Amino acid sequence: MPRIEKELTVLNEQGLHARPAAFFVQIAAKFDATVTVSKDGEKVNGKSIMGILMLGAEKNSKLFVCVDGSDAEQLMGELEAFLSRNE
Amino acid sequence: MNEIVLKGIPAAPGIAIGPAYIIDKQDFIVPPRAIMDKEVPIEIARFEEALIKTREEISELKKKISHEMDGQHGQIFDAHLLVLEDRMLIEEVIKRIKKEKQSAEYSFMVVLKKYSKIFSSIQDEYLRERSSDVNDIGRRLLKNLTDEQKLHDLDHIDEEMIIIAHDLSPSDTVTMFNKNVLAFATDIGGRTSHTAIMAKSLGVPAVVGLKDATLRISNQDLLIVDGRMGLVIAHPTEKTIEIYNTEKKRISALSHRFDDIVDLPSKTSDGCPIPILANLELPEEIPMIRQSGAQGIGLYRTEYFFMNRVDLPSEEEQFVAYKAVAEHLAPLAVTIRTLDLGGDKFISSVQIPRDMSPFLGWRAIKFCLARPDIFKSQLRAILRASVFGKVRLMYPMISGPSEMRQANAILNEVKINLREEGIGFDENIEVGAMIEVPSAAVTADLLAKEVRFFSIGTNDLIQYTLAVDRRNEQLANFYEPCHPAILRLIKMVVDAGHQENIPVGLCGEMSSEPIQAFLLIGLGVDELSMSPLNIPQIKKLIRSINRKDAQELSQRALTLSSGQEVEELSKARLQELVPQIYTADKA
Repeated sequence: MPRIEKELTVLNEQGLHARPAAFFVQIAAKFDATVTVSKDGEKVNGKSIMGILMLGAEKNSKLFVCVDGSDAEQLMGELEAFLSRNE
Repeated sequence: MNEIVLKGIPAAPGIAIGPAYIIDKQDFIVPPRAIMDKEVPIEIARFEEALIKTREEISELKKKISHEMDGQHGQIFDAHLLVLEDRMLIEEVIKRIKKEKQSAEYSFMVVLKKYSKIFSSIQDEYLRERSSDVNDIGRRLLKNLTDEQKLHDLDHIDEEMIIIAHDLSPSDTVTMFNKNVLAFATDIGGRTSHTAIMAKSLGVPAVVGLKDATLRISNQDLLIVDGRMGLVIAHPTEKTIEIYNTEKKRISALSHRFDDIVDLPSKTSDGCPIPILANLELPEEIPMIRQSGAQGIGLYRTEYFFMNRVDLPSEEEQFVAYKAVAEHLAPLAVTIRTLDLGGDKFISSVQIPRDMSPFLGWRAIKFCLARPDIFKSQLRAILRASVFGKVRLMYPMISGPSEMRQANAILNEVKINLREEGIGFDENIEVGAMIEVPSAAVTADLLAKEVRFFSIGTNDLIQYTLAVDRRNEQLANFYEPCHPAILRLIKMVVDAGHQENIPVGLCGEMSSEPIQAFLLIGLGVDELSMSPLNIPQIKKLIRSINRKDAQELSQRALTLSSGQEVEELSKARLQELVPQIYTADKA
């Protein structure tokens, strides 16, 4: 069971507001692996939009993302690609 | 149900009978409701059903919006749908229902408020705003849980309703224009709050300062609003309804009692003309103003033009609006007041920090002087409109001569630019100052040299002079228009104006109260501006008195030491001289 941990930076112009948070959760939901996201000591379930919104992740903030499960590698890849997108 | 009588402050006269419509703002209040063990699964099922129903509603909305606009706009609803599917949120609510043994709606509200609080503490302003998305979803879900029409959506009022609210902002009242509003009743507010002013211009009764009307009245409750006595009666008995129906008919007959003098001049019995002008809030009122026999517009409030929109009105848009009013009224004068923002009027296109004391904050002319971009485009629009009728210009909240000079310097720049561009305007346009700040009244002799006319704004002058916030219901009894200080200030302004041969008008609520208007005429005020509804009654007053009587009254009033004594004196005198006004006023 692979478990991957990575620090990712939010590059989205307005941070993880409602729409990007929704994308994040939608990506996470496609996979079996669990996702936890931490920021400033706050740790939330990456499949919960309320959790992601609660982090208040503005642009350039650093998220500590931990994925755990058989498809962890692929999931981390997609999350990384999404967060580095500067839309 | 027993009849309940709520006592408030009378804000606009008249009687209305009809169903209540409660305007519930951001805050949703759900009272706690304890449940029994066996009800737990029922409450959980209700919650799940409401989730499904709300999801369906949002999917529908998403479809509709994506169809009407491009795909981008529909995306926000994806986030809303995810919130409604969020396990973390759902499980927390279910856990509360089980553990705390509280109803589904109360449990949901507690959880929602918790998240809302966390969101509002987020540092980033944009992200913080997301709490409104969550609140929006919450409101929808709560509505489905309580199956009560609590969603604040005025577009759906198509039946006749009595509006009940904690408070109404000027922009709320604007959205109600032309709706089937029978009356307004609010928890807070005073006699000159915007609810009162708006109700008067709509010609519907209003009661303010009811304290807890929104808690004691439910949607669709049958209500009677008695705007003269300041009463709201919920669940009236058959007998009460009958009494009020009779009274309503009597008042309606009385309201046409001065129809015969509409076309007659407004002058005292000894031939002294006292022009009566109208206050204009919205262009929709122009037909009413024309019918009232007004001799022009003494106060055209332009704030409403800036409200209820996310952007600023362009110069062109403003020009078109001002021109239309000038043309409609020509050859009568239209006095346009420049933007009076701040206090209790805010617009979404400009972020104004919430002041500790908004009425003493960044307001009116102080705002305009700091934002010459907004000020200049309004001045250009007014000047351009001035060739289409008789336009006068006045600045709100001038505090003294130097502020007047600063405003005029900007006006001169605008005039120079227009001349260079070859755009026509009335070179002789009269520019005046509103006298509503005590410092302006005290320096009126100096100000009179800088302006072509004065217009006394008593609503603000009273609140600033007496240190009484006109929206504070606790202070309503201290808001005394006939306070000796107010009479003296008005006298000072009138004398200073006449010394320089400029006219002194008055456009506050005082001009439309017969008892007070009588005094104002005696103090030498040259013209009165008021809501068109009050014009016939005040004209009747003016035509029934002679100037000498009014002067004698005001001289005696100036020697009295309390507002109450002044009112009593004027009332008694009015009763002797114009009994029909007095009885009509009481009716």
